[in-house]
Amino acid sequence: MTAAHLLRGRVWKYGDSVSTDVIFPGKYTYTLRTPEEIAPHALEDLDPEFARGVRPGDIVVAGRNWGCGSSREQAATCLVANGVGAVVAASFSRIFFRNAWNNCLPAVTCPAAAAAIEPGDVIEVDLDRCLVRCPAGDFSFPPLSPALREILDAGGLIPWAQRRLAG
Amino acid sequence: MAAPPRTFAQKALARAAGLAAVEVGQVVDARPDLALSHDNTAAIRQIWLRFGRERVAIPERMAITLDHAVPAPTPRHAQNHAEVRRFVAEQGITHFYEVGRGICHQVFSEEALLEPGQLILGSDSHTPHFGWMGAFGAGIGRSEMAVVWATGELWLRVPESLRIELQGTPPPWVSAKDAALHVIGALGEDGGLYASVEIAGEAVARFSLESRMALANMMAEMGAKTSYLEPDEAVFRWLAERRVRRVAREGRSGGDGEPSTAAIADEAARLQAGALYPDPGAPYTATRRFDLSAIPITVARPHRVDHTIELSDLGEVHVDQAFIGTCTNGRLEDLEIAHRILKGRRVAAGTRLLIVPASSEVLQMALARGWVEDLVASGAHFGTPGCGPCMGNHQGVLAPGEVCVSSANRNFRGRMGEPSAEIYLASPAVVAASAVLGRIASPAEVMES
Ligand code: SF4
Repeated sequence: MTAAHLLRGRVWKYGDSVSTDVIFPGKYTYTLRTPEEIAPHALEDLDPEFARGVRPGDIVVAGRNWGCGSSREQAATCLVANGVGAVVAASFSRIFFRNAWNNCLPAVTCPAAAAAIEPGDVIEVDLDRCLVRCPAGDFSFPPLSPALREILDAGGLIPWAQRRLAG
Repeated sequence: MAAPPRTFAQKALARAAGLAAVEVGQVVDARPDLALSHDNTAAIRQIWLRFGRERVAIPERMAITLDHAVPAPTPRHAQNHAEVRRFVAEQGITHFYEVGRGICHQVFSEEALLEPGQLILGSDSHTPHFGWMGAFGAGIGRSEMAVVWATGELWLRVPESLRIELQGTPPPWVSAKDAALHVIGALGEDGGLYASVEIAGEAVARFSLESRMALANMMAEMGAKTSYLEPDEAVFRWLAERRVRRVAREGRSGGDGEPSTAAIADEAARLQAGALYPDPGAPYTATRRFDLSAIPITVARPHRVDHTIELSDLGEVHVDQAFIGTCTNGRLEDLEIAHRILKGRRVAAGTRLLIVPASSEVLQMALARGWVEDLVASGAHFGTPGCGPCMGNHQGVLAPGEVCVSSANRNFRGRMGEPSAEIYLASPAVVAASAVLGRIASPAEVMES
């Protein structure tokens, strides 16, 4: 599977410092494992409407330090399990950032776009041209590092590592 | 031409990648000396199975403890533990610690599984904890840990470094925890985002090793990739003694007898030789200086760690639960100060005090000193060494709307299992005093009454 480089979707917008404890509560982390089990709990303690209303391709937009706190990977995979296409934020916690790309969920750092986008907007994230297009305008972000692009194009960290092991 | 000055992070990642030198921003394939996982081991195994291998690549470099939900609160948690035990047996992993031994960061420190200057990757966000000994510790995700098991390495970007200098002597009742909360309050909860936070200054050497652990541990709350304190003689000796004892125990079955002081001194010298220090003039993104003598008793209010306030400005806050424990402040010196404050006093009516030692060793030492007996007589109750209710799994989670004053590191909404509950973060001394008075209070107020 090769991940798409052009994502288009409807926006769910949140604020600064949204922690993994509200993205995917710690009390589920050792018992729920499959995508079907984790999907209904996405953003449970932040926005109960999210898991009910999210549609494949939707994009999460947030302020600073999205995903701070725990290393729990389900904070990223619970969004993937709901078909979220990308997360655009002013900044990310480093572990969420890695967990997201490792699961082919583009995590795009673009403070200008994050500030300009309104809830319910339909936006486009173009990973090749490094652009976020939204009703308020086009905003550019720095090019992906070669390491992230390799992982994305391999279909995620595990297939990427499998390929390297196979030599 | 002389080599340019380098940060600790540059030196540690160069060593872990087997390179002579690395630049900030460079991506390297780093080989961790230790790979930490805990109750999440069974879930990591599920991912690792996709590699189709029968054996993990690095069983001798893996360390696993059951600590996050112990003893198992539900049959599903028990099943998770059973899967971890089966995997550990199957793969011949010797650094495995059962339910009741304690929290990963504390136990692997006590067991001296890691050395100054080494790299530890952990599927736990508080892996920067190991900065207390001058090691590079970074948290990673489950898929990343599966890759480490399969290949023995992982890509890491060499981070920028932020230097924090601590000077002066803290006033009475102001601890390393207050200092950490104060620094995070000043720099913000993303003040160290993606950085190696390197703590220096003449005050560091005066902190006990346990207090250094609290400092390094808390830097994760500022977004740090790793943290670092310059290791000194006290670190080398502490680790050397423990390593020599452990190796003797593991080597000769049960091997008793005191290790010789010469053996310990040799080991300390070996550890010192492996330690890494930043060069003078190393490239920091910023240097921030703090005078500890000017730091007040500090509390973080709900629901952010940088929502800090001087205790004296807080006003009246009723406490339903006071909690002493976690990888931040569940050690012997934390129980000692709680004992000093609570001995001969009672936990207030309408308030409960939960104490969860960070490890079985801490519990044993507190028992031997008679503190547990006194604390229980004061009305405290004890949990099994481990994470306790820190992340909302079990053992003292909160009811809707309840208020907890906690010695932990996180007060995010929902952290202790219930989004409408409120968590205040403070030092163990403040938590103990608050238990006595039933409201968030200064230890000075209790001790003077
Ligand atoms: S005590 Fe809390 S912060 Fe520390 S490892 Fe356990 S859950 Fe994480």
